[in-house]
Amino acid sequence: MTLSLQIFQFILSGLTNGSTYALIAIGFSLIHNATGIVNFAQGEFVMLGGMFMITYYTLLNLPMLPAFFLTVLSVAAIGLLLERGPIRRAKSKEILILVMITIGASIFIKGLSMILWGKNPMTLPPFSGEAPLVFLGAAVMPQSIWIFAITVSVVAALNYFFKATMTGKAMRAVAASRRSAMLTGIPVDRMILLSFTFSAALGAVAGIILTPITTTSYDVGVMLGLKGFSAAILGGYGSMPGAVFGGLLLGILESLAAGLISSEYKDALAFLILLTALFFRPSGILGRGRLRRV
Amino acid sequence: MGKKNKIYLLIYALAIFTLPAILQNNYHLMVLNIAALNIVVVIGLNLLMGYAGQISLGHAAFFGLGAYLSAIFTTTYGFPLWPTMIMAMVFTGIIANAIGIPTLKLEGHYLVMATLGFNVIVYIVMVQLDAVTGGPSGFAGIPRLQIGNFAFDSDRRVYYLLWAVSIVVLFLSLNLIHSRVGRAMAALSHNEIAAKCAGVDTESYKVKIFVISAVLASLAGSLYAHYITFISPGTFSFFYSIQVVTMILVGGMGSLWGSAFGAILLTILPEVLHAVKEYNVLIYGLILMVVLVFFPRGLFPGIAEAFGKRRREVLSDSRKQLALEKRA
Amino acid sequence: MMRGAALQGDQKILETRGLTLRFGGVEALNGLSFFITPHQIASIIGPNGAGKTTLLNAITGVYPPHTGEIFFRGTLISRLKPFQIAALGINRTFQQAQLFSNMSVLENVMVGMHPRTEAGFLGGVFHPPGERKEEKKIREKAESLLDLFGLLPKADWMPGHLSIAEQKRLEISRAMANEPELLLLDEPVAGLNIRETEALGDLIIRLKERGQTIILVEHNMHLVMEVSDWLIVLHHGSKIGEGRPEEMQKDSRVVEAYLGT
Repeated sequence: MTLSLQIFQFILSGLTNGSTYALIAIGFSLIHNATGIVNFAQGEFVMLGGMFMITYYTLLNLPMLPAFFLTVLSVAAIGLLLERGPIRRAKSKEILILVMITIGASIFIKGLSMILWGKNPMTLPPFSGEAPLVFLGAAVMPQSIWIFAITVSVVAALNYFFKATMTGKAMRAVAASRRSAMLTGIPVDRMILLSFTFSAALGAVAGIILTPITTTSYDVGVMLGLKGFSAAILGGYGSMPGAVFGGLLLGILESLAAGLISSEYKDALAFLILLTALFFRPSGILGRGRLRRV
Repeated sequence: MGKKNKIYLLIYALAIFTLPAILQNNYHLMVLNIAALNIVVVIGLNLLMGYAGQISLGHAAFFGLGAYLSAIFTTTYGFPLWPTMIMAMVFTGIIANAIGIPTLKLEGHYLVMATLGFNVIVYIVMVQLDAVTGGPSGFAGIPRLQIGNFAFDSDRRVYYLLWAVSIVVLFLSLNLIHSRVGRAMAALSHNEIAAKCAGVDTESYKVKIFVISAVLASLAGSLYAHYITFISPGTFSFFYSIQVVTMILVGGMGSLWGSAFGAILLTILPEVLHAVKEYNVLIYGLILMVVLVFFPRGLFPGIAEAFGKRRREVLSDSRKQLALEKRA
Repeated sequence: MMRGAALQGDQKILETRGLTLRFGGVEALNGLSFFITPHQIASIIGPNGAGKTTLLNAITGVYPPHTGEIFFRGTLISRLKPFQIAALGINRTFQQAQLFSNMSVLENVMVGMHPRTEAGFLGGVFHPPGERKEEKKIREKAESLLDLFGLLPKADWMPGHLSIAEQKRLEISRAMANEPELLLLDEPVAGLNIRETEALGDLIIRLKERGQTIILVEHNMHLVMEVSDWLIVLHHGSKIGEGRPEEMQKDSRVVEAYLGT
């Protein structure tokens, strides 16, 4: 295989993982925009997506489509519980405390999953078989195509939702200015609840489509969450196109690094990117926009 | 540091050093030894979180750096134990300084993520650089602690050494809190702009405290390595970083005594729950959530507050009673 | 506008030249140029949003200006960080008292002495004799300062338990702990009743009599007229007049700005 073809192959597989990072990144952005916190449990939603799908489809033998929707609903319900429970009831509304609560929640979910599903990795069968297709000389798994297709549909649906529906516009208003949104009568609490529910659903979808390729187990949540967060920061924290761009970029960079440099350290690369982005990019996050009136 | 603190320290030290006479079981001593080391890490971290107002979820990395540097240089290269420990602390301090400067310019949760990312990178290096570190199966054969010809080759002997270190660290940290630097840190953690305008170089202090907390973690790591004589990457994952933060939150941010007790409590707790080891992770998550939701200022301060309220109510009741009786 | 002979000192203790500061498209300060001479109270007045607090923030380095310079005793300070500016001898109070509510009244003032003291980490950790002497000095000086401001009996209180007037006095005493050559007061009597306002006004005059140079930002015109030696009037970030209080009272542009025609 020529080098350029190899690189093309890496890019294609990078886009695959990148799509799921994009979905996870959107989840982070949604909650951050509504509440200002980083939801550490985001990665666990992804893990739960895979786990629930395995439970419904493989263990309970439900047909694929109902299992898919049931999974998304189940995980969305957990997201809802998280917001209604610990987050809403927290005595302190300080951002840092809330973030730490999501950390506690993510550990709790991880611990619970370990007990319910055990420690062994599990997997799902690919949606439409395993025979690779050939695209411009490179091998493409059918599952990858599903991943692209589903990601694109979800992003398009979200785009429509935020631009064209009342609720979507209300959520954008809350993201822009919570106080103004409150003053114009938008039920901010409900929007926050929605953001958690949506993020959980997005995480679930990411988990479902990714599991056939990477398998899943009770502890994949943290890594995926951190990578999703890296992607969000990379592309511009808080914006959906940014999350998508960041996710795809991270996936490609990770894949190229794994293929061309070293596959053992590819996880470290994602975090190196995170650190570099946080150190050099913050001008948009930390700059003039953060000056407080004294 | 005030008379009160000095008295508490004395009582604390007395209690700690007389305990081994009562405890015969070596296993109990070992648990307490680990608690002593956790206290060192937690005190450093509390200086950072409670007094300088910064958060780190990556201190397991510094703990691990101390452990691995000590382990590798004394075992593989035969360097002397105590100088290596100091060298490890210096090296860890330099790294902490390097990443601290850009990292501490970040705020809140970005800082959390950056420190966590750092932890993960260090962890991955520990696992992957297996020719040097022994990889996932760990690194064994680390020389025991000894001073001259005196070897600390029993849990009992190590107990006195580790707890002496732990108490000294607590003592020196209490000193620091009650000093010009301590006041500057407390000011900057509470109101950074006012602190700056009063003349405190907040950026420099944040980095210095970060370095100190990292160096303390490194010290604890080195001692750990020479005590257990075997280390593996699993001990230094971000779960440990979260455990030490939990100890601080339970003890109350900004209270060194609270941190010490939080560390002791949460080191003993998993051992007590040994029978249900599977539930360790679950229970940690639960404790973290419950404490943060209901006692955001810390478990001990929260309980103290509740007691304080009860006592005040009782007092005012008895005064009312007295007033009624006088009228009668 | 000429400076009257009654003002002492012809050196400029503070000077700005062409100071411009923007906040997301809005010019909070627009080419502002003025100077202050020592040992007097200069008041910055103007309608809301005129840029008064922004000016204080620029002087203290909290917001660096986009263009223009600020000079303190001839030294360029516009690009310095707040803690460096405090070390040079400029201290301030804030519109809403920014106290360190996690430490006692006395400790708040002790923090104010930070730039004039030295003990570092080693000193703090080991408490050598030199450090202990310094700590004693800090404590004594803080106590005498509290005494001057009438707060000594409450030295061990937590700031949250003080009245608003007392909190404002505490903030000023913390600023004075640094023995600043220039003291900036941002609306010190906001939220105080008439009696408290008068008391604080007396305090400000007493500080001036001890030689303190003060820049006062205030809305309370009565207080301003009573204590000021010099007025600088801002409107939309520019200086529309400056001079002695009696002159400014009659200046048509100033009156117009306040009535908003």
